[in-house]
Amino acid sequence: MSDPILLPAALAAHAPALLVAVPLILSTVAAAQPSGRFAWALAFISAAVAFFCAIELFAATRGEYAIVSYAMGGWEPPFGIEFRIDGLNAALLLLLSATALVTLVFGFSTVEDEVDPDKRSLFYSAFMLCFSGLSGVAITGDAFNLFVFLEISSIGTYAIIAMGWSNDRRALTASFNYLVMGTIGATFFVIGIGFLYMATGTLNMADMAARIAELPGNRVVEVGFAFILVGIGLKAALFPLHLWLPNAYAFAPSFVTTFLAATATKVAFYVIIRFSFDVFAIDSGFVQNALTYVVTPLAIAGMIIASAQALFQADARRLLAYSSVAQVGYMLLGLGIATAAGVTAGALHLLNHALMKGALFMALGAFFYSYGVRRIDDLKGLGQAMPAVGGAFTIGALSLIGVPFTAGFISKFYLIQAALQNGWWWAVVAILAASVLAVFYCYRMLVALWVNPKPEPEHLPNGHVRKVPLTILVPLYVFALANLYFGINSEFMVDMARIAAEAAINGGVGR
Amino acid sequence: MIEMLGERFTYAVIIILMMVGLYALIATGNLVKRMVGLTIFQTSVFLLYISMGKVFGGAPPILPYYEIKNDSLDPTALYSNPLPHVLILTAIVVGVATLAMGLALVVRIREAYGTIEDDDIAEADYSLELEKGV
Amino acid sequence: MGAHLILRVVAKLLIPLIFIFGFYVHFHAKYAPGGAFQAGVILAAAVIVYGLIYGMDAARKAVPPWAARVGMALGAFIFAAVGFVSLIFGENFLDYDVLHPDVEHARGQYLGIILVEIGVLLTVTTVIIAIFYAFAGRSPEITEEEW
Repeated sequence: MSDPILLPAALAAHAPALLVAVPLILSTVAAAQPSGRFAWALAFISAAVAFFCAIELFAATRGEYAIVSYAMGGWEPPFGIEFRIDGLNAALLLLLSATALVTLVFGFSTVEDEVDPDKRSLFYSAFMLCFSGLSGVAITGDAFNLFVFLEISSIGTYAIIAMGWSNDRRALTASFNYLVMGTIGATFFVIGIGFLYMATGTLNMADMAARIAELPGNRVVEVGFAFILVGIGLKAALFPLHLWLPNAYAFAPSFVTTFLAATATKVAFYVIIRFSFDVFAIDSGFVQNALTYVVTPLAIAGMIIASAQALFQADARRLLAYSSVAQVGYMLLGLGIATAAGVTAGALHLLNHALMKGALFMALGAFFYSYGVRRIDDLKGLGQAMPAVGGAFTIGALSLIGVPFTAGFISKFYLIQAALQNGWWWAVVAILAASVLAVFYCYRMLVALWVNPKPEPEHLPNGHVRKVPLTILVPLYVFALANLYFGINSEFMVDMARIAAEAAINGGVGR
Repeated sequence: MIEMLGERFTYAVIIILMMVGLYALIATGNLVKRMVGLTIFQTSVFLLYISMGKVFGGAPPILPYYEIKNDSLDPTALYSNPLPHVLILTAIVVGVATLAMGLALVVRIREAYGTIEDDDIAEADYSLELEKGV
Repeated sequence: MGAHLILRVVAKLLIPLIFIFGFYVHFHAKYAPGGAFQAGVILAAAVIVYGLIYGMDAARKAVPPWAARVGMALGAFIFAAVGFVSLIFGENFLDYDVLHPDVEHARGQYLGIILVEIGVLLTVTTVIIAIFYAFAGRSPEITEEEW
C-alpha cells in the first residue's frame, strides 16, 4: 500500500479489515443496549470509520493496476480468505460508505418518526449488519465469503424493510417476498460457486480466474456461470427477476429505502461485473454470448417495460422503485456492450443513479415527515408549501430524466456513446425511448408538486404540519447539489468509472 | 439409462430434492409451507457440496494424535476433503438464520392480517388499495 | 404437580444431564466431533424443554429475555473482539498467533479458537432461546382489536 493520506499508517494497513469489522462489532454493542440515540451514534461512528477507510483504499488504488490485498488471519491467499481491492470495488466502497454516512444523518429524525421506540436500537443493529455485509461483498476476494456476506446483508435488509410495518402492514409481505426470492437467488449463487469449486478446486477469485482460463469449453464452468448470473441477477433486480423490489422499496421506512436504493442493487451489479470480466474471461465465448444475447435484451426490456409500469403507479415511492428497475437496465446495458466504454458508462450510471435516487427518496421522506403523504395525488401543492424540499426533488427528477448539466445526463451521454461505438443504434433508440418515459413519470410528479395551490393544513391526514429539520435538509441537499456538481464538473466521476472499468476489463484479479 | 443413473445417484437425489423444494415454494399459497419448501431447496444444495467433498476410500481428515507424536504420519493416506463441510456448516447457519427470519415475518403477518394464505393476504391488500387508492 | 407428573419428574432428571452433555460436546470437540454450534443447540434445548414442561413464565425466570438479548450480542462481540486483539498487536485481523508467544506449536491459534468457540457457544445458545421466546411467548390467538 502506498503512503496513507488520512489515517495513521498503522491503521491504514488494516483499512480493509476495519471497514467491515467495525460495523460488525458495533452492531453487537447496539443490539445489547436499549437507547435508540446511542445506537444511532454507534452506527454513525461505524459509517464514519468505514468512510475514512474507503477514502484510504480509494487513494491507494488510483495507480495503474494498483491492488490492495489483505490476508485475513494472516493466512495467505489462495488458501486463506483474501480481501482484495482494486479500482472497481474501491469506487463502490467509497459510494457505499459515503451513502451510509449521509443517509444516517437523514435517518436521525425519520427513524424516530417511523420506527417503534423499543425497536430502534435493534433497527440500527440490523442496519449495521446490512452495511457491513454490503461492504464485505464489495471487498472480498473469496467467492464463498462473498456468499456469506451477501446473506448477512440480506438478512439485515429483510429485518429493516419489515420495520416499516408500523406505518403499513404491507411491509411485512414485501419483506417476506424479498426473503423468499433473495434466498433463492443466493442459493443459486452457491450452486454456481459449487460448480466452479468442483471444476477448479479453489475459492479464491484470482486463483479461480487463472484456473478457469486453463479450462476452455468446460461445461461445468459454463453452467456455474449461468447459475451465478441468475442468482445475482435476482439480487440486482435484473428485469424479469425484479418483482421483489417495488414493494420492498415502497413500504420500508424512508431511511431504509434511501439507503437500499442507493446501494443494494449496485453491490449486486458489481458482483456481476466482477464475475463476468474477472473470474470468467470476457473473451471466452460463453460470457460474451450471455452478455450479448441474455443480459442486453433483458436490460432493454427492463428499461422500457419498468419505465412504462412506473407511469401507472399511484404511490410515489413505488413509482421511483419501478424507475430503479429501469435504471438497473441502463447499467446492465452498459455491461452488455462489454467494451471498456460500455463498462465505464455502466459504472458511471451506477454512481450517478445512487446520487439521484438518494435525493429523490430523501425528498419523499421529507414530505412524509411533514405531511404524512406517500401518494402522488397527495403531493399536490407541496412544492409551494415546502420549496426547499421541492427544489431538491426537482433537481433529482431532472437528473433522473437526464437533462443537461445534471449527473444523469453525463451517464446517459456516455452510455449512448458506448452503444454507438459498437454500432448498436437500436440500443440508442431504447435509451431514448426509456428517457421519454422517464420524462412522463417525472412530469406527473413535478406537476403535482408545483402546479397546484398550497394545500390547506386542515385536509392533512395526520393533523399538523411538522417543520423539516436540518438533519433532513442537509443530507438532502448534499445529494441534490452533488447531482448538479457532477453534472457540470464530471471529470472526477468519469475518472473513477474509467479506472473501475479498466480494473474490471484488464483483469483486476491477477491477469 | 439405469447404469447412468446409478453412477450419478447422488446427483439424481439432489436434483429431485431441489425440484421438490422449488415446487413447494411455487405451488403453495401457505407461507409456512413456502418456508418448508425453501429449506428443502437449500438442503439439496448442502448435499451437493457434501457429496463433492467425498473421496472414495478417504479417512476423516483428522490427523491421529499418536501418529503426529511418533512422527509416523502416512504420506500416502487418503483423506476426505474437509473444505466443503466447513463451507456447508456456514451455509447451514445462514439457512437457519434465514428460516428464523422468515418464520418471524410469518408470525407478524399472521398477527397483522389474521391469515397466512397468500391469496387472502393479496385480497386484503387489494381491498385496502381500492379503499384508499394506494 | 398434578397433571403431567411423569413429564415433570423426568424433565427434572434429564435437564441437568442435557446440560452436562452440552458442555461435554463443547469441550470434547478438540478430540471428537462436536463444537460450539452443536453444544449451543443442546444447551438451548435444555432450556426449551424446561419451558415446554414448566411453562414460559418459569423459563423466563430461569433465563430472562434481556439475558438472551445481551448474551447473543456478547457472544458475537467476543468473536469480533478476538479479531481486534490481533489488530492491536499489529497483526492482521483474526490472526490468532499473537495471542501466545509459542508460534511453533500454534498455541496462539489454539487459544484463539477456544476463545472464539466460547463466543459462539454463548451466541448460539442465547439465539436459540431467544427464537423460542419470540415464537412461544406470543398470545396464542389473535384478539379482536389486533386485526
